Amino acid sequence: MHSVLTIYRLGVKELWSLIRDPVMLVLIVYVCSISVYTKATALPESLHMAPIAVVDEDNSPLSGRISTAFYPPQFATPDLISLTEVDPGLDAGHYTFVLNIPPNFQRDVLAGLAPQVQLNIDATRMSQAFTGNGYIQQIVMDEINEFTQRYRSNSAPPVDLALRVSFNPGLEKAWFGSLMSIIDNITMLSIILTGAALIREREHGTIEHLLAMPVTPTEIMLAKVWSMGLVVLVSALLSLYLVVSWALQVPIAGSVALFTVGAALHLFATTSMGIFLATLSRNMPQFGMLMVLVLLPLQLLSGGATPRESMPEVVQHIMLLAPTTHFVELGQAILYRGAGIDVVWTQFLFLILIGSTLFAFSLSRFRKAIGQMA
Amino acid sequence: MTEVPLSSSALPTVVKLAGIQLHYGKQVALAGIDLEIPAGCMVGLIGPDGVGKSSLLALVAGARAIQKGCLEVLGGDMSCKRHRDSICPRIAYMPQGLGKNLYPTLSVEENLQFFARLFGHGHSERRRRIDDLTRSTGLHGFLDRPAGKLSGGMKQKLGLCCSLIHDPDLLILDEPTTGVDPLARAQFWELIARIRRQRPQMSVVVATAYMDEAQRFDWLVAMDDGALLATGTPKELLERTDSDSLESAFIALLPEEKKHGYAPVTIPPLAQDDDEVAIEAQGLTMRFGDFIAVNHVSFRIRRGEIFGFLGSNGCGKSTTMKMLTGLLPASEGQAWLFGKLVDPRDIDTRRRVGYMSQAFSLYGELTVEQNLVLHARLFQVPEAEIAARVDEMVSRFTLQGVRSSLPESLPLGIRQRLSLAVAMVHKPELLILDEPTSGVDPIARDNFWRLMIELARRDRVTIFISTHFMNEAERCDRMSMMHAGRVLDSDSPAALVEKRGASTLEEAFIGYLTEAGADEQGQVTETPSASATTVPHSAVKYRAFSIQRLLSYTWREALELRRDPVRGTLALLGSLILMLVMGYGISLDVEDLSYAVLDRDQTTLSNSYALNLSGSRYFIEQSPLTGYTDMDQRMRSGDIALAIEIPPGFGRDVKRGSQVEIGAWIDGAMPQRAETIRGYMQGIHRQWLAEQAGQATTPGGSAAASVETRFRYNPDVQSLPAMVPAVIPLLLMMLPAMLTALAVVREKELGSIINLYVTPVTRSEFLIGKQLPYIALAVLNFLLMALLSVTLFGVPITGSFLTLLLAVVIYSIIATGMGLLASTLTRSQIAAMFFAMIGTLIPAVQFSGMIDPVSSLEGTGRFIGTIYPTSYMLTITRGVFSKALNLGDLYPLFVPLLIAVPTIMGLSIFLLKNQER
Repeated sequence: MHSVLTIYRLGVKELWSLIRDPVMLVLIVYVCSISVYTKATALPESLHMAPIAVVDEDNSPLSGRISTAFYPPQFATPDLISLTEVDPGLDAGHYTFVLNIPPNFQRDVLAGLAPQVQLNIDATRMSQAFTGNGYIQQIVMDEINEFTQRYRSNSAPPVDLALRVSFNPGLEKAWFGSLMSIIDNITMLSIILTGAALIREREHGTIEHLLAMPVTPTEIMLAKVWSMGLVVLVSALLSLYLVVSWALQVPIAGSVALFTVGAALHLFATTSMGIFLATLSRNMPQFGMLMVLVLLPLQLLSGGATPRESMPEVVQHIMLLAPTTHFVELGQAILYRGAGIDVVWTQFLFLILIGSTLFAFSLSRFRKAIGQMA
Repeated sequence: MTEVPLSSSALPTVVKLAGIQLHYGKQVALAGIDLEIPAGCMVGLIGPDGVGKSSLLALVAGARAIQKGCLEVLGGDMSCKRHRDSICPRIAYMPQGLGKNLYPTLSVEENLQFFARLFGHGHSERRRRIDDLTRSTGLHGFLDRPAGKLSGGMKQKLGLCCSLIHDPDLLILDEPTTGVDPLARAQFWELIARIRRQRPQMSVVVATAYMDEAQRFDWLVAMDDGALLATGTPKELLERTDSDSLESAFIALLPEEKKHGYAPVTIPPLAQDDDEVAIEAQGLTMRFGDFIAVNHVSFRIRRGEIFGFLGSNGCGKSTTMKMLTGLLPASEGQAWLFGKLVDPRDIDTRRRVGYMSQAFSLYGELTVEQNLVLHARLFQVPEAEIAARVDEMVSRFTLQGVRSSLPESLPLGIRQRLSLAVAMVHKPELLILDEPTSGVDPIARDNFWRLMIELARRDRVTIFISTHFMNEAERCDRMSMMHAGRVLDSDSPAALVEKRGASTLEEAFIGYLTEAGADEQGQVTETPSASATTVPHSAVKYRAFSIQRLLSYTWREALELRRDPVRGTLALLGSLILMLVMGYGISLDVEDLSYAVLDRDQTTLSNSYALNLSGSRYFIEQSPLTGYTDMDQRMRSGDIALAIEIPPGFGRDVKRGSQVEIGAWIDGAMPQRAETIRGYMQGIHRQWLAEQAGQATTPGGSAAASVETRFRYNPDVQSLPAMVPAVIPLLLMMLPAMLTALAVVREKELGSIINLYVTPVTRSEFLIGKQLPYIALAVLNFLLMALLSVTLFGVPITGSFLTLLLAVVIYSIIATGMGLLASTLTRSQIAAMFFAMIGTLIPAVQFSGMIDPVSSLEGTGRFIGTIYPTSYMLTITRGVFSKALNLGDLYPLFVPLLIAVPTIMGLSIFLLKNQER
């Protein structure tokens, strides 16, 4: 009972310390508002102002028709270039796409010779290459069909493909960007805040002071875990409601309460990790450097940035040990797909397991390190 | 000390101040000082901490810029840059703090070499001077030891050697002996005296908080609150105030409101009726690795006694106290508090002890009252009593006026009282105080002692206190003298003085130290006095730009970097780790997508459709769907990314030629991925239709024309060949920038930036000198990354490697230059790191064409992308890696890079301050 009170009081002390630290407050506010907003809105559509050039060796009405079929916002207005300019243009990165219409193209089409249009794509620009290829093929074929038949083809193929997109029908990137950045923020803030809370005590020499009092290392660590976890949770929820739901008008499919429970489990793991990193570093700069090396892999390889299935299998297996992987999975399942506990219970289980292991590990490290800190 | 009788007038002056004022924000550090400091003698600046002594000296040394007033040093105006440049080789400045301007990871020899190079001495001249100085200071045997591992006294001697390496005419020492043991202190002054005998024309200005030292100076300046109290020879000051010691003379000089209620501290005798033992230690030993911090220390402290520990910094006082509080488990030996064995896990004895650690260590973010309440609660004072207890502490330690202030805004003396109040809030029977009064002015110190004496005599609290002030040690009932982890002797101060037959406690302590062999490392040998003055310093001519000075910074930076494991690791491995992570992490491949089919037709035709999908390398088929609920469930859990529904009667309807519709649901949670799936799905569908058209006799199936796509440079459209060349410029920008930024700001934080202010080194020499090792490191990093991409990632370099290397060298100059720029704008390492990261990561990732080409951006993003060097570097890297290009194809892209170099470097040099402001 006394222990609980001590943990509570030390935690309240942490909250006071945070309130009087303007830099951290600005960081929290910035990360939860402006950063989420810009990340959500700054993501361009996958095909936006794609630079394209056309080599028109035919100079026929049909080829002219094809060149003018590309226009903003998906494509930049095409440059008309000569055949010799193709390679330099692609080499210098001026164009992602160069469409080459061969001589006598219109004549051959009308003669039913099925000529070929050549499309050169700079495949080092992956993001545009794939989607652009599909779009351009579609546009070119449409123009040719329309030209040959003098009307837009309405003879639908006998088998139609009805493509529907679940959970995000408009494929709006803002939905994805905003919710993912909240998930990332929870990880980042919790590590920074707990780590900084410990390092601040160490730099000011107050940890020594605490240890001379009737307070145990476990109590000190638990106090930091609960208080900083709470701050992160509250700011994440505020950000979810105010920025994502209200300002960006992104619908949240699932139960926020369930997500909150998941986030709390995740926070248990990440705050422990923050303590651990803080015990490894002597001061804030060292902590900062360690963070860069730890946080980037945690976020980039968690499946939140790009799909897990396209990573090498070894990486996928290793990342099963990271709490972020499971948190991203459960976050996506709950927030986008409206999944319930019946679907995400495995992730919850993983988080509990990883969280308690990390906590125990950090605590033993903290006990050892705390002697050297004093 | 030379005992030349000195009259305060009729001497040439070396420093002349008129109306000098200095403010830090709203705080006044110097409030209009008029002063003429006589040349060729030893001048002392006396007064407690924080009265402006250091600020005054920094101004005189040229380390700090003049805000208001007129300052002449060595016959010229210090606000004139040309004069400063020309006289700075004639001034030596040793800032406050043990070894503040030294480089702790560098050895004694390396430190001296560095300073000697800065002042432009040749190789043999450096050797001669270093040998000379180290022999005469007793440091010669320690040339290989890192400066950070020297004792306090030796650090100060090294600092002095570094200052004297260029034969200055004006030597400025800011509290050179604070925290140094009395023996080392005596040796230090002996050394200065000898140097002055060799170079009598040299003027020395010293700030000190030890009044007993000041006694021996030629001329004194007493300061308080940023103003002068008095000047004159020590004798004049004593006569004027009619006092017998400088300490009391100083108190007498203070304005009336400060002295208010001041009376000398008197100590009532200790009642001898109680023999209860509060602390007992037997053979306490603490080892850190090979180093023995505390060596078999034993003592006994009775209840109600004031027991003092006297010793220099690092002699084991704090470690002993920590073992008593249970903060550190002893390696050997035992200690008892109130007859109970000290056990770090025993929470209950802690409630009987109050501990106040060295320096102020309460929560600066909590108010005075919150601090008191928190500690009362943590010590389990019953909730009902807390309010009364806090009130009692507040009134007893006169904290009424500051109850709701933050401790950080309070003067040191009050903070010290607060610390004591906090240590007393749970009414402990034993107080352990670790150097509670260092840095506190004499009056506040006396007030503090009065409180302690009251606690000891009235409340019978046992007080265990450590100090390096002799007059405080004299007030203890009994004391121990400590040196190098050993207790030399313990007794009452008077008895100790008597035992050694000394006249003062200091003399007694020095006697004990000599006996313990402490002066062996400080053994000084007199050198022939001619050597130091053989080279007139006119031989060292000041030049506006010197490669030697630049390279001496390069040399030093490289040494430091090699000895810092965390920065070194980040520098070498950081890029490789991050490259692995990003290479695999930022994958734009979409493959191995799981899908499942809900086939409600189950005919050969419907099977062929499903088979068509599973034949693609992009898709992996999962077990078929059983119904809509199954589909829903599996989509929600993320088990499948694509679900296909083939309607009943599909085969029949197709044969009939009537309209059928296949349904496909894509998981839209990741829009980029969904977009790609949609593209694949349409393609596969079209292909299937074409195949069907070839088999069946459906009319109008053949197309009028076709589009033949050629994916250039990366025929398989794989992520790695696209990402790896893009990650290299990003990492080559971010990490070198962060490291370089830290390199400069570290010096600001640690204080060695002062060497830029007071030595002849210029801003461009300083910055470029520090930058060079990081450029080399960046190029090395690039080579490692290139190796990694060719081997592990299997992404070959198809173009001209030399072209790429050339670009990398230019680009590394830019990247490190960005770091320098970030460092000139910030003061703390964490801010510099943050700045450098934000300033490089965001533009490099978002606006430089890593994902979307610059030409696809709009507005600000487009503008940043156009001017940011990474955009051009990215095109060069991709060109050389994937497009088989060489310098002939890529030379136009070098132009923007070459423009960026002078722009960024010029801006950093311009923004770096060459004086503290």
